Amino acid sequence: MTRTRQAIASRLPRAAVLLVALMAALLAMLAFTASPASADEVDTDKYPNRVSGNVQLNGEPLEGVELNVSGNGVDTDVVTDENGQWAVGVPEKNADYTVTLNEETLPEGIAVVDEEDDSPNEKETTVGPGGRVSVNFFIGEGERNVTGFADQLVQRLITGLRFGLMLALAAVGLSLVFGTTGLSNFAHAEMVTFGAVAALLMSQAGVPIVLAAALAVALGAVFGFVLDAGLWRPLRRRRVGIVQLMIVSIGLSLAVRYVFQYIIGGGTSQLPGADARPIPLFGTVALTPIDMISFGISIVVILAVAGWLLFTRVGKATRAISDNPSLAAASGIDVDGVVRIVWVLAGALAALAGVLYAYYRPGIKWDMGSAFLLLLFAAVTLGGLGTAFGALIGALVIGLIVEVSTLWIPADLKFAAPLVVLIIILLFRPQGILGRRERIG
Amino acid sequence: MDWIPILNNTASSIISPATIAYALAALGLAVHFGYAGLLNFGIAGFMALGAYGYAISILTFGLPWWAGALIGMGAAAVFALVLGIPTLRLRGDYLAIVTIAAAEVLRLLFLTTAFDDVTGSADGLSGYHGSFRDANPLPQGTYGFGPWEYNEVGWWVRILGIIALVLAAVMVWRLMASPWGRVLKGIREDEDAVRALGKNVFSYKLQALVVGGVIAAAGGVVYALPSAVNPGVYVTSLTFFIYTALLLGGAATVFGPLVGSLIFWVLQTFIGNVMPALVTAGVLPFMSNIQSQTVRFILVGIALMLIVIFRPQGIFGNKKELTFVK
Repeated sequence: MTRTRQAIASRLPRAAVLLVALMAALLAMLAFTASPASADEVDTDKYPNRVSGNVQLNGEPLEGVELNVSGNGVDTDVVTDENGQWAVGVPEKNADYTVTLNEETLPEGIAVVDEEDDSPNEKETTVGPGGRVSVNFFIGEGERNVTGFADQLVQRLITGLRFGLMLALAAVGLSLVFGTTGLSNFAHAEMVTFGAVAALLMSQAGVPIVLAAALAVALGAVFGFVLDAGLWRPLRRRRVGIVQLMIVSIGLSLAVRYVFQYIIGGGTSQLPGADARPIPLFGTVALTPIDMISFGISIVVILAVAGWLLFTRVGKATRAISDNPSLAAASGIDVDGVVRIVWVLAGALAALAGVLYAYYRPGIKWDMGSAFLLLLFAAVTLGGLGTAFGALIGALVIGLIVEVSTLWIPADLKFAAPLVVLIIILLFRPQGILGRRERIG
Repeated sequence: MDWIPILNNTASSIISPATIAYALAALGLAVHFGYAGLLNFGIAGFMALGAYGYAISILTFGLPWWAGALIGMGAAAVFALVLGIPTLRLRGDYLAIVTIAAAEVLRLLFLTTAFDDVTGSADGLSGYHGSFRDANPLPQGTYGFGPWEYNEVGWWVRILGIIALVLAAVMVWRLMASPWGRVLKGIREDEDAVRALGKNVFSYKLQALVVGGVIAAAGGVVYALPSAVNPGVYVTSLTFFIYTALLLGGAATVFGPLVGSLIFWVLQTFIGNVMPALVTAGVLPFMSNIQSQTVRFILVGIALMLIVIFRPQGIFGNKKELTFVK
């Protein structure tokens, strides 16, 4: 942080040029657009009454699932659209219809589950005087209705651990950025999506997925560097306030998110291998090879980052800056240099988390970052803002809550559970698990 | 290409229900963020409470429309209390995270299939217009001129929305000129100084959160008046759009949120109409029709960044009144 460098640096023009270049680069990748399937509404303009529904797995829509509506002279097939929705027009009010979901068209290992029903994929429904009825199926892992509570718990714990480790990859970066610059980066989840989208575009262009993932992580690092050099460093030089920076990151998040929509369209795309078969390991626990690789990568990378923070000079400098930036600068640490490294690291980790998240969900959607962002914030706040190891613990706790909570609450509320826990914990220990009291002000 | 419908739609958006709803929400946010300095990122949650409170009161409990509107705003007041009591003691960025999380929890609760009977889950709610339209004093017919030609229902929604907006704006204006408003601005500038004067800072902040929240919920009601309640609307992006509208006009002003929302929607409508027309006319050969609809949202994000960096006080604001810049 020498005076001369600060004076030489031309400030915002360069920032603006780089920002525009960044946007242009993202816009330049605009070759791919998803086209939605069209057989999701059948006969709805022919008849006034309708049977409709929404096929979802854990809150994620399932596209291309075939259903059949029969009775009262109709026998209609329908396929869900990219939002998992379907609708069939029917001639009679106050009449009974049978809706059958073709389980063959569900993803591997997924079935309609209902413990009280022998044929859960068939439902009787009555179109009432309103002329409309919605039919929904309980869809989940096929073995769910035969496994006991303990087995389910083990299964959920393992999935939760996997999710938590993946969340930790991104949360550590977010926390390091907060610690060194004071920025609550609302665009961090877009850095996560960036990794997934980059891997998707490359694999669609024919790059093998392993190479595509590695390149996506490298591009994520570049993205982090460009954001710091082109946007955040000039703003820090201008002494822009913390809240202002936060709102700038919101603007960035919006812009980048819609650039993703521009590039990949509004639908959900899959990375190759997302439909792999789970291999039974022990008990009822079954993981796909990609799950296992994801586990391994997360653990190795997190240990490497922890080792880097604890034992290397730059890692120690990073922690020193998180503790007290002025003191760190006064004792000869190159704060700007360290912050740049932190951004590169955060970008790479976020991109890696993005690729893994794409397999966990599964699927890549332009706005998949918005739910992820809140979980990230929950993890970082829970652990203690600005503490890297706190973020790790917080992320694991959040990951476990997300998955284990589905034993008791509906699966489409599983992302709400950690947020409620976050709010409650802030009541009793606002500084988080590893945070210090003085930070909460 | 045909400019007449594009300009017609753009002019029409000046008094569209969405513009009025945004203006109300931004006005509520001005009380939170501009005047009291509270970083509320859950404004979408307040709006959702207004909209769902209105629709559910009518559909599930069979109340008349005005009672539904009051219940929607009452729900927002309760939400503000529940949210504020634990969190207003926290530092700004914690409040931001808690409010954004609380709004998302609300949205997920409205979206889950567990309460499908009441909330309509992913389909949202519709068909609650009966008593509102029966209360319409305007005889059937089309009124207005040029781009502002609407039927009796369209005008009834707009008239009520504008009345609500004017009432809210006058209320905020008088409140901020009162001793109460001065204490609030004092808290924004220097909490400790106000506390040293013997004021109960926490209580003032909580009151501000309730007042702004109720105004934002009124915005939610207006949003729900013309057609339907759709859970896809009340996402965090809505909060960010409201922030953009507010900061565009000026955070610590009464006129800022109104003019900001107006400019936001006029530009949104104009770009949203002109881009597809340009694509159809073959001017932008690299862009598909769907992609051209996305461009305006990318521009919102970029605009938000540029406003906050280069003119954080907005069009009407005074830079001295902006503690968040320091």
